[in-house]
Amino acid sequence: MLAYAIRRLGLSLLILIVVMTAMYAMVFLVPGDPASLALGPRATSELKEALRERMGLDQPVLTQIALFFGDVLQGDLGTDVWSKRPVLDQILQVFPNTLILGTVALGWALVMGILLGCAAVVWRDTVIDRLLAVLSVSVISVPSFVVAIYALIIFAVWLNWLPAIGAGEAGDLPSQARALILPAFAVGIGWVGYLARLIRASMLEVMEAPHIRTARAFGMRERDIVFRHTLRVAIVPTISVLAVGFGSILSSAVFVESVFSRPGIGTLITAAVEKRNYPVVMGTVLFMTAFYLMIVTAADLLIARLDPRVRDVLRG
Amino acid sequence: MSFVADPAQPLRRGIGRALLRDPMGLAGLVLVATFLAMAVFAPWVAPYDPIALNVKEKFLTPSALHWAGTDHLGRDLLSRIIWGARLALGISMTSVGIAGALGLMLGLVAGYGPRWLDSLLVLVFDSMSSLPMIFFALAVITVLGPGTATLILVIVLVSFPSYARLIRTQTLTLAGADYILAEKAMGAGAGRIIFIHLLPNVVGPLVILICMDIPVVIMLEAGLSYLNLGVKPPSPSWGNILAEGYNSLRQAPHVVIVAGIPLVLATLGFTFLGEGLRDVLDPRGAGRRWG
Amino acid sequence: MTLLQVQNLSVTYPAPTGAVQAVRDVSLKVARGEVLGIVGESGCGKSTLAAALINLLAPGARVTQGAIRLNGTDILTLPKPAQRALRGRSMAMVFQDPMTAFNPVLTIGSQLADFAGAHDPSRAAPALLSAMLARVGIPDPKACLNRYPHELSGGMRQRVAIAAALLMQPDVLIADEPTTALDVTMEAQIIHLLRDLRTTFDGAIVIVTHHLGVIAELCDRVAVMYAGEVVEDGPADAIFHAPQHPYTRALLACDPAVVEPSTGRLPTIGGRIPDLANLPPGCAFLPRCALALPECRTPVPRHRPAPDRSVLCHRGTA
Repeated sequence: MLAYAIRRLGLSLLILIVVMTAMYAMVFLVPGDPASLALGPRATSELKEALRERMGLDQPVLTQIALFFGDVLQGDLGTDVWSKRPVLDQILQVFPNTLILGTVALGWALVMGILLGCAAVVWRDTVIDRLLAVLSVSVISVPSFVVAIYALIIFAVWLNWLPAIGAGEAGDLPSQARALILPAFAVGIGWVGYLARLIRASMLEVMEAPHIRTARAFGMRERDIVFRHTLRVAIVPTISVLAVGFGSILSSAVFVESVFSRPGIGTLITAAVEKRNYPVVMGTVLFMTAFYLMIVTAADLLIARLDPRVRDVLRG
Repeated sequence: MSFVADPAQPLRRGIGRALLRDPMGLAGLVLVATFLAMAVFAPWVAPYDPIALNVKEKFLTPSALHWAGTDHLGRDLLSRIIWGARLALGISMTSVGIAGALGLMLGLVAGYGPRWLDSLLVLVFDSMSSLPMIFFALAVITVLGPGTATLILVIVLVSFPSYARLIRTQTLTLAGADYILAEKAMGAGAGRIIFIHLLPNVVGPLVILICMDIPVVIMLEAGLSYLNLGVKPPSPSWGNILAEGYNSLRQAPHVVIVAGIPLVLATLGFTFLGEGLRDVLDPRGAGRRWG
Repeated sequence: MTLLQVQNLSVTYPAPTGAVQAVRDVSLKVARGEVLGIVGESGCGKSTLAAALINLLAPGARVTQGAIRLNGTDILTLPKPAQRALRGRSMAMVFQDPMTAFNPVLTIGSQLADFAGAHDPSRAAPALLSAMLARVGIPDPKACLNRYPHELSGGMRQRVAIAAALLMQPDVLIADEPTTALDVTMEAQIIHLLRDLRTTFDGAIVIVTHHLGVIAELCDRVAVMYAGEVVEDGPADAIFHAPQHPYTRALLACDPAVVEPSTGRLPTIGGRIPDLANLPPGCAFLPRCALALPECRTPVPRHRPAPDRSVLCHRGTA
């Protein structure tokens, strides 16, 4: 188990390095030079010259990359071109909002997905099952920000039940919760369908497995069978999917945050892109990549803990 | 996903007929065909010029003259939507096509070529899929500036890793098949093996994946345009229409409502079609209705 | 002393083409210390019979008549919790395919503990479990408890399955095709193990198989099944050396070691098993029988040439 964990972490680290290098190197694709991009269109040529020297653009590329890595390791993700604040500070300020949004969205999608998936299993091959099948597929495909806009129109504008903008008052939990409802709904809805399908397929597959029959043949109680034997097997693919899905949830969050003018990583990065504020963009991308890799690696390790067959596969 | 193509079963002619028998696939086919028709025949089908300004007639609600109403600059929404279909499908199909070709090539090379090349390529694929794609897209857009060309490039870069991985897995599985070994024993060159034997058999699942990916790409394009980072206005991308409508939400909600409909229907249509195709082409693996 | 008795058992499955009569009016007896073999080709109903014995019929299958008596009590009439209490405790089963019989994500030890613990937690102690594993010939039983199923070979897994079945010291051990999924060497090992168990196991053993060799090695009594019925039963020696029913004779003649001198071919039984949804009123074997008589189209009587033998044939004892 330990060997597997080390290998898995090593792989993640390697990927992170590749991404960081790519991010840094992308700047050189631009006609013009990195200093202009870092400083933005308002910079004068003296500033650019000074920055070029400071950035070591006259040094060999490898040295530059090494310096960059050094900065990142010290937590310095660069400085915002416009506000001169450290990028990392800005990210950390808004990240919790996005994290909460993503987690709540995934949470409600998981609950609804499990409920609907189990319902489909209980009533399988009936009209209800078919209906749920079509609904799931439909819900998966609708863009989350379109759902967000429609939800906004219905619940915030026409019915005026929920706020249309923002994340609620700081320190005021009820208002924050109310502001979370529509965005979380929009971000999670696609996943309800997907998870329902997955749970249904998983559970059906496991329940027909021979080893469940064995357990019954030994007189185990049905609920022991479901929770100890069935769930442990069925849950494994679900975890993998959830981890990867968190990335897609974060992507949806970017758009939905924009729709609801909700402060978060999404609004931070889109504003930065509009203003060509590359340090903020790059810093955010690196941060989100690292975060996402962390989640996926943790999920993989959890799966390896739960399903011993996985550990052997990687060896081969 | 259990998509290993069975070399003994090449794509069957009866696909069309089988698809028609499945209500969801049929619905998808109809929707996709409608949008395709809209896209191709836009210049003839659209009642008005999509970018013609007529500010006096702004914010008209749907009526006989303007079936979908007008926007804040008096432009006919229906025409904008129809031309938007051309943009959406044009961009998504182009980028997915390029990404597919790229993924196909790289996947074949990774699966069939030397081990070191495979490891390297897999590292690249994994790296590219380890970013939630929106962030990568935004980084590229910052560097290159928003626009249609950038958009296509971004979509290609974001999509091809998953295609390449699928092709690679298929290739790896097939490359060990007995008939490939037999061909090698008879002295067939790599090129022949790749093009005549491997390619036709790995293409099937790729087609399905591409079809399932098109709605995602349409969403991405619309989303980026909505954020003013995609197709530049006044081009009638569905995302642009949505954004403009959002800005005038209180005054004229009909714009936003109307603009969302084609997006929903287009993504639904392609997804249903993709699901239908998958049930038809891979009945053993995903034959269960839910997959 | 009769431990397990099946009386006139019939089981049907619903099917689009009509009700499939998988088991028809089957009666059997097994005594304590005895090994009964149920033999027949694929589709004869033996697996359904085995499943019925342990009360794990597939959903949809129904017992339409008959009783299964364990120590005199008809288990089919018991309430569900009582039936569940019997499974794994009084009656235990070893399944055909050891590759899929175990849960892949739990260790052998925890699964065995679950099986024993379902009835009596005190019997789930690791010491008892490894003692049982040692009894079936597993080397290093304590290490085996911590292994996962995929780390063991098929033969090992089947041994573990047998150990699991013996955990609660059941009255009846049912083995459904215990060696069919194994290769020849492993098969020999399992047969060897079962033979050893005969001396130490004081309950009744029922072995369901299509493999005559296994029957010959292990069984005291044999019941031959065809198309859902027991066409002949009796002591193994008698069945093998003096088969009465035409089907039994044909079956025994189909020995792969025998090659017909005239044609140079392996002997077979011509024809196919009948459609169990549309059975004829008379003998089911009629279309394939070399000794058919005109009255074979009428319902067939069961002859008893000896107290412990029966033959389902119009010819009686030939």
